[in-house]
Amino acid sequence: MGLMGDVTDQDFDERVLKSDAPVLVDFWAEWCVPCHMVSPVVEEIGRDKGEALQVVKLNIDENPEVTRRFGIMSIPTLMLFKDGAEAARLIGARGKDALLRELDPHIAA
Amino acid sequence: MTETRDVVVLGSGPAGFTAALYAARANLRPLVLKGLESGGQLMLTTDVENYPGFPDGIMGPELMEAMEKQAARFDAEIVAQSATRVDLSERPFGIWAGDHEWRARTLIISTGASAKWLGVPGEERLRGRGVSACATCDGFFFRDRELVVVGGGDTAMEEASFLTKFASKVTIVHRRDEFRASKIMQDRALANPKIDVVWNTVVDEITGNGAVNGVKLRNVNDGTVNDFATDGVFMAIGHTPNTLLFEGQLELTDGGYIVVQEPTTATSVPGVFAAGDVTDRHYRQAVTAAGQGCKAAMDAERLLQMEAHSTAESTTVPLG
Repeated sequence: MGLMGDVTDQDFDERVLKSDAPVLVDFWAEWCVPCHMVSPVVEEIGRDKGEALQVVKLNIDENPEVTRRFGIMSIPTLMLFKDGAEAARLIGARGKDALLRELDPHIAA
Repeated sequence: MTETRDVVVLGSGPAGFTAALYAARANLRPLVLKGLESGGQLMLTTDVENYPGFPDGIMGPELMEAMEKQAARFDAEIVAQSATRVDLSERPFGIWAGDHEWRARTLIISTGASAKWLGVPGEERLRGRGVSACATCDGFFFRDRELVVVGGGDTAMEEASFLTKFASKVTIVHRRDEFRASKIMQDRALANPKIDVVWNTVVDEITGNGAVNGVKLRNVNDGTVNDFATDGVFMAIGHTPNTLLFEGQLELTDGGYIVVQEPTTATSVPGVFAAGDVTDRHYRQAVTAAGQGCKAAMDAERLLQMEAHSTAESTTVPLG
């Protein structure tokens, strides 16, 4: 299924880096207004892509280690991971079409 | 067949939602394209202390949520789309958001303005990696770091003051020898022990690999250039109006602002009205934008009524 819920500092490596399918990580925080606009769009993309893409959210307030590890300095930031490595990084809010334009080249179907 | 609306509003800041509110209460069933960055510039600020009616201030996002609710209560139809194209060459006007198309008898443009960037080397590359135009969005990531704020107006004062909540030091870099900010904001910033100012100076370049590590500062008086170490650079140098969609179709000022026939909100195209920061570079306040949004709705309503009277066609606008 596309939507896989929340990841944390503790299970990030297991669920994201060791995943077979590409994983899109949505870095967000409660106080980040643009994040609230991007997250529903990202969820929709997760639903649309089904098995081809997993979508997870990481709350940066609760998970500072992963946030720091990947040098997140602005949210919303979306990171696409494939085979344990960063395949794409999208910083800032944008609409569904713009997101898909950046993501589709990396995702199977 | 594409439905023709009496009023379509582009934008969802104080101007857009006030226009929608008034148009809705005039039974014009306005359609609002609120866009992705719904709520406008007030969504990027925290305490709003100068919008009348709130003696204890109100948070920007809260104020905008209330405005949206109010417009929706009177049946404004609000959709989370941004116009990607408009055709103002004939009425009803054409408005597109991707493949969606709408037709409008009147159009109210309140697309506001966006933060200006310096356009110096390193800025684009390091955006989101230490370069930002939104203190409330990104300040969080700079706890105990040193920051530079570029600008000399109220936004620069506000951003610098806000950033001291996180940063160990904030240096305001301004190209002149005095700020143009309001007195009260200047005093607050200058009294803050974490804030320094570098006068008569501009940023020529932002440096860093993968993240900001400094800026090249140039003194505009004697031309000397210095490297200044910093962990982040926040722009607060003004705004450009969001009018790309209307170039070639509406009269714009040199700066890109929509020209309106004061005291009305009529633009160079009959049936198209504009309100808020998209037309105004002098005041740019939430309350002046809201006031202009109200005018735009009333202007649209009057035009529609006049046209209903002068033709035999019946409309949905109630008379009186």
